[in-house]
Amino acid sequence: MIYEGKQKIWSDYQKEIPDDHWYYVRSCIRQNFFPASERMFTEITRNVLGKDMYETPFHTTCGGIAYHADTIPQETVMTIVARQFALMTEAGYENYCPSCITSFGNYAEILETWREFPELEARIRENLWKACRREFNKPKYLAHTSDLIYHWREQIREKAKHLLINRETGEPLRIVEHIGCHYAKMFPHKGVGGAEYPYVLAGMVESWGGEVIDYPERRHCCGYGFRQYHVKANRGYSVSNTHKKFESMEPFHPDAIITNCPGCPYFLDRWQYVIAEQTGKTYGRNGYGIPVFTYEELAGLVLGYDPWDLGLQLHQVAVEPLLDKMGVEYDPKAKYLGLNKEDLMKPEMPSSIKCC
Amino acid sequence: MKNLFDELNKDYRFKEGFHTCINCGTCTAVCPAAEFYCYDPRQIVSIVQTKDDQKIEELLKSDRIWYCGECMSCVTRCPRKNGPGLVIMALRELSIRLGYFVESEKGRQMLPLTHALTGNILNYGYCVHPKSFKWEDHKESGPVFKWHLEHLQDSMARLGANYDGDGPGVLRRIPKESLDELKAIFDVTGGTERIKHVEQCSAKKAKEMGMTDEEYEKMAFEYCSDKHFNN
Ligand code: SF4
Ligand code: SF4
Repeated sequence: MIYEGKQKIWSDYQKEIPDDHWYYVRSCIRQNFFPASERMFTEITRNVLGKDMYETPFHTTCGGIAYHADTIPQETVMTIVARQFALMTEAGYENYCPSCITSFGNYAEILETWREFPELEARIRENLWKACRREFNKPKYLAHTSDLIYHWREQIREKAKHLLINRETGEPLRIVEHIGCHYAKMFPHKGVGGAEYPYVLAGMVESWGGEVIDYPERRHCCGYGFRQYHVKANRGYSVSNTHKKFESMEPFHPDAIITNCPGCPYFLDRWQYVIAEQTGKTYGRNGYGIPVFTYEELAGLVLGYDPWDLGLQLHQVAVEPLLDKMGVEYDPKAKYLGLNKEDLMKPEMPSSIKCC
Repeated sequence: MKNLFDELNKDYRFKEGFHTCINCGTCTAVCPAAEFYCYDPRQIVSIVQTKDDQKIEELLKSDRIWYCGECMSCVTRCPRKNGPGLVIMALRELSIRLGYFVESEKGRQMLPLTHALTGNILNYGYCVHPKSFKWEDHKESGPVFKWHLEHLQDSMARLGANYDGDGPGVLRRIPKESLDELKAIFDVTGGTERIKHVEQCSAKKAKEMGMTDEEYEKMAFEYCSDKHFNN
């Protein structure tokens, strides 16, 4: 009975994802903290999978973070988004894919609000015309970039150099999937699998040979909370919620965490470092943490890219335990080198958690 | 004084997120803010539901409406299709509009937040940008990020970014004409006016508290009294 119920929910939340011709918009957070992930997304989609992934230099932030920190009015964020849609329309595209989950939620919320209140959409069209002399069509399809990697996961598997399998034991690696709250919590039908059983990351993990871990706080927020991180006085909120998740997943011994929101991997990585420095506690084995990845990074490892081309040196929690388990070859001495092997010195090492 | 409930009801977030609440507490059970702060979204919706202006005014002047992280976990689970997170957004909007936000410690954080986030949007076209990311204010980003920021151009080049460059790519410089359009959007939609309003209310409050604007902003960004927590 329960299984049938799940099947029913699952069939309600299938999502149509066109196979090509996407208009790509970048994420403020991902560009700042995981710059190589965005580069890898265009590399994989364009050069490995041969897809049309168009980007214009004229697009900007969607304003989502400022909006959810309550610093800009709703009409301001809506008009910024309307301008983004106008750029898409002018470029001749109708499939829109943002790299950010806050953006994805923002676009989903705005399109739904306009559907319900057409007079508001009309006002935003006027605003955009007054401010920028632009007009727009709404996207026909909206997908997060993780939806696209999910959609192409089997093609990636076909080209895989490494799988999410422990090469010593032959066992599937145990992976925690963490979905950004704004992916589907507000509009479950906009996400692959809905809010309760999202399959977007679980699908990648399974296709690439891994095993997904279920644990009590699987759906708990990473603790970003917008103003709860951006204001220094509030950051205890952020680290406390990450702490709750790690305490909950620890008994299941995850080998790695995969995320689709650009903020979550930053918080899950950096707060592990802070927890270790403050309390001495680490969640992996032998003084290591649990490595946290973006889906682009994991796809890149599966496809055989060099870990340092994927930007894994920007993580504070060492990624090497997962690389070793997967059998990924890497040069430890090259980790912090610049272009053309230029010496950029090395970061200081934390005292309580291993970084290499 | 305008009828506060009616004012809330004009907000589209409120129209979407406020229906009859049965006080079941599901929202509070899943709420990450309730985990950490003395905060109970059930109670917020319940107070608003009374339509009692005096109680709503107290809320608008309190710390309580600033505890939510806008994760929207509550939206998924509410059996009555309420969105306490959306109700909070409308309460915050009204608190800002009426200048009540300066009456609470957490509300006063609007000043540094507004400066940081709208500053990044208008100056760079991003919500977050390396040029305004001070490592000293973000030690949690770790020694690795300190190293990255110290070698920013080289590290970004190694990672394949187009940092501050022309054309498309990661962290490209947003062209001047696009920044001008963002400014025009702020002017037309009330974004610019909002920044000024937050600054004016904060300056008045700073004076009342016997502080310079800089001292007030620093305090709002850094100070946390111990009255907010659950345990
Ligand atoms: S979950 Fe919904 S009905 Fe239950 S207390 Fe919260 S807002 Fe009210
Ligand atoms: S949106 Fe706010 S009230 Fe709702 S669960 Fe998240 S933190 Fe709690």
